Order: sequence, then C-alpha cells, then structure tokens
Amino acid sequence: MSNQAYSPNFIKRRSFIELNARERASVFFDAGSSRELLGPFDRVESPWLPMQGVTPQEDDGCVVIKGKIAGQAAVVVALEGAFQGGSIGEVSGQKMTAALDLACADNEKGILTSAVILLETGGVRLQEANLGLAAIAELMASILALRKHAPVICLTAGTVGCFGGMSLAAGLASYVVMTREARLGMNGPEVIEQENGVEEFDSSDRALIWAIHGGEQRYATGLADALVDDDTPQVAEVIRRFVSKGVPPEHRSSQVALYRNRIAKLDTSRQWDPKEFRALWTTNASNEENR
Amino acid sequence: MSEYTGVRGTVWFRAFTGHASPMIGDPKSVLTGDARLGSDHARFLCVVPDPHARFPCARHGEVGQEEGYTLAARVREVVEHDKNTIKRPIIAIVDVKSQAYGRREETAAIFLAAAAAADAYGSARLAGHPVITLVVGHALSGAFLTHGYQANRILAFDDDGVMIHAMHKEAAARVTRRSVDELEKLAKEIAPMSYDIRDYAKLGLLHKLLHVENPEKPSTQEIQTVQGELGAAIADARSGPVDLRNRLESTAARELRKASILVRTKLEAQWLE
Repeated sequence: MSNQAYSPNFIKRRSFIELNARERASVFFDAGSSRELLGPFDRVESPWLPMQGVTPQEDDGCVVIKGKIAGQAAVVVALEGAFQGGSIGEVSGQKMTAALDLACADNEKGILTSAVILLETGGVRLQEANLGLAAIAELMASILALRKHAPVICLTAGTVGCFGGMSLAAGLASYVVMTREARLGMNGPEVIEQENGVEEFDSSDRALIWAIHGGEQRYATGLADALVDDDTPQVAEVIRRFVSKGVPPEHRSSQVALYRNRIAKLDTSRQWDPKEFRALWTTNASNEENR
Repeated sequence: MSEYTGVRGTVWFRAFTGHASPMIGDPKSVLTGDARLGSDHARFLCVVPDPHARFPCARHGEVGQEEGYTLAARVREVVEHDKNTIKRPIIAIVDVKSQAYGRREETAAIFLAAAAAADAYGSARLAGHPVITLVVGHALSGAFLTHGYQANRILAFDDDGVMIHAMHKEAAARVTRRSVDELEKLAKEIAPMSYDIRDYAKLGLLHKLLHVENPEKPSTQEIQTVQGELGAAIADARSGPVDLRNRLESTAARELRKASILVRTKLEAQWLE
C-alpha cells in the first residue's frame, strides 16, 4: 500500500495507445501461438495511391495475426492509425474481410474462431473512394456471417477513434471495447460543422467532442460493453474475457424495437447536454424493462 | 446536391407498388409497400425527404435515426414472417443524398441506427431472401451502407442523375486538399474515384446497368422492363450463394479489383499453412 502512494497507477501502466498496430495486435495471444499473415514482406500494397503521388505502405496499414487467445483460435486485425488515418482502401479492407471469411469457414468446419478488430480509422480512404466504400460494405457482410458462430470484438483505443463507414462495422460487433481516449461516431465534428454550420457543431470545442463521442459516454449509454484504461495488460485481459464469453444472446444492432423506442421518446426540438442525455437514455431503458 | 433528391425514389416506388405512403406508425421518410413482382410477392423500401422530419438535420432526404430503425423494423418483419415459408424478395429503391450530419444524431448514436438497418438487410440475405437494390438516383456514403449496399444484387440506371460514391465532390476535394477541378480530372483516370455510374460499373460491383430515357418519368413499357430485370436478378440471387462473393467474380472485378483477389488468394494460402 505504501508503495502505491509513491508511484501512482498511471506511472506503472504500460500504455496501449502508444503502441503501433502490429504491437497492439500482438498483445492478446497465448505465448508462442501467433503468426502474422500477409505481412509487410508480402508487399501487397495499394495499387491506387502511387497513381496519385501518395507513397503506399507494404501492409497497407492493416495487420492480420492468427493464433490462440485464451486457448481458442482467433484472428486479430489491426488498422494503423498513423498510415493515412487508418483509412480503408481496397487492400486494407480486403485483408479484414478475407480474414473474417477464413475465420467463418473454420467455424463452419467446427473450429471455433473469434475475431478481434482494432479500429483506428476515419472510414473510407478517399483516394480509393468507391472501392473503400465497397470494402466496408463487404466487411460488414462478413461480420454478420461470422458473428453467428463466434464473437466479433471491436476495440477502439485512440487516438484516431472510429468514424465514418467503419462506425457501422463497430455497430455490428458482438462487443465494443473503448478507452476514455477513444471516440466512436459516424460523422466527425469537422464534417458536421462543414455540412450544417458551427451552430450545429463547434468542432473547436474539444470538451463537447469527447462528451459526445468519447468512450466514457458510449459506455455510460450502453453503446460500448467495456471501458478500459490505457493499460496494455488490462486491455488484453478484457479482450480475452470477451473471446471466452462467446456470442451474446442478441446483438446490439438486432435490438431494433428497444432502440427505436428510445429514439421515439427523445425531444428532438432541442440539443441535449451529453450528461443529461445519459439520464434521458437510461430513463427510457428502465421504462422498457418495466413494461 | 440535386434539389430533386427523392423525386425519383417516389416515382419508382409508386411505379412498383401503386402508392407512395409510409406504413402506419412509420415516419413519412420511409416508404414500405408489398406488391407483386413477376411470380413473387415482394417488399419494397425507399427513403424519401420529409421536410417536417423530427430530426432537423434529416429533412432533405438524409438517412438518420428514424430512417435506419424503420428500415430495420420493416425488413425484419418480412424475415420473421417468412421464417418457415418461401423467402420473399426485398427490394431497396435507392435515392439518398447522405447520412444525417447533426449533433443530435451523434449523441444518440446514429452509427447504431445505420448498423441496425444494414444488419436487417444482411441478415435477410443470409436467411435466403433475395435482396435486390435498384439505384435510381444518389447512393452516397453512409446512406448507401445503411440502405442498399448489403444486397445480393445491385442494379442502377445508366443515367447522369445516378451517382454512387463515398463522398460528394465538394467535401472529397476539401478532405484530400484538391480543387473540385483537380478531383474531377483525377476521377477520369482512376475508376474508383469517378462520379460517373459507367465508371462505377467497371468495378464489377453492379449486377447490371439499365437504361431508362427519363428516370423521373418512366413509361409503362419501361416500368415493365425494369420489373422484368428485377425478376431476373431475383432468380439469379436465388441460384447463388447468400454471401457477396459475386461482387469479386464478375469479369469487370477480375480486371479492376485484382488487388482484392490477390489479397484473398495469398491470405487463404497462408491461413492454411
């Protein structure tokens, strides 16, 4: 106890956010069980970026590692937020989809195989526009197919967060795990401000952004299943727990009546303070449970 | 943005179902109807603008919370009903300018509403329903992911008013730090960036391009032809797998999506090692 007074917890923590995609994807596996697939030495790069004078990356910003987590077969796919903002191009998108399809095929053969997706992404890579959007649609289809057999767990740790079309992929996940530093939403504040003006969303208001999109709010409103510290052992432990937990009885995105009712009860004539929204949302929830 | 967003959707929804009204209890922005299509009884769905929508940022044909959850409920209803019987076709008529961009939307998790609709369409497809999308106007970004992109087969008109894209020109130019002119020039050379539906067809994602002289005023003959094409797409979907692999198997995809095919081949080989 006395030691703790001299070295607070955050000093002893091993940051997860500071890790790159490859390091992040490696921390979940049972010792000696994992190997990377289609790594940088395979050099499958974006064919579209060089045509526009943009330097491609040898793994297209997407790392795929297969192995065992908590004794079970699993694949981890991690997006590198530092490469093109984690955006989804033809190659990075297809790596994710193909990995999930192979996991699905293994499940159909009787080998229980889960997927963990590490999302640091702004969505579609605009230099590959329509192929990025198509890749997200196909990834979503593959999440839907796989999650019938085994959990698909989405982790967004920060600092990029998860936006655009990829927020729909997170919406389809069996479990969503976030840190306080992470954000999850469809449209970022800059886009909203550009489309509908600063009165709608002031993108310079950092506190407001985190109050709406941040992990703490998403967890408090039941839109994330776990809130973790930026601490690698803790993140890994929580992911292992969800892998072991298996498929949830009902996925969040299938609970249409529940969420449709919540939306129907909101007063949309005004903006909501995010803290107040927690109460609005959960008051509705308790009404539903009482019914 | 076309000020006519929604006109085409309404026109084609009415052409197929004989009316243009929402179901009881639904917002005015989602049209749902059941009608004969060849030998089938099909469910048609379309999102249209509602200038009085509850959410202020979803009054011009954007897809927001109400639209997402309504689509999800109306698709799931069919899946539930047909659980032990012949799986009816589900037809998404698409003319949507974008997802709704608003603070209320983000606070109340529009991403989940969008995922719920995509979940419903995708689950219907996996359950064996032929899900067919007909793009009659705009099919943009998150709106298309929500409504239409989970279909077994996608059809579109080869018309200048038809656009499938990840982001509208002005915003895409801003984000990639180019002028709209530069963006258009690049888009001519790079098929996935193009705003032209004929270039989109080169990506191999479309089942078929259809021609209609004026998609805002189709003739009786043209409506019958399009119904015939929907019927053919339904038959084709029923004869194939319930996943989306057909999007990579077309002749066009083999040409333009070589990198995708390479990823799949190599990853599978290494997976099995």
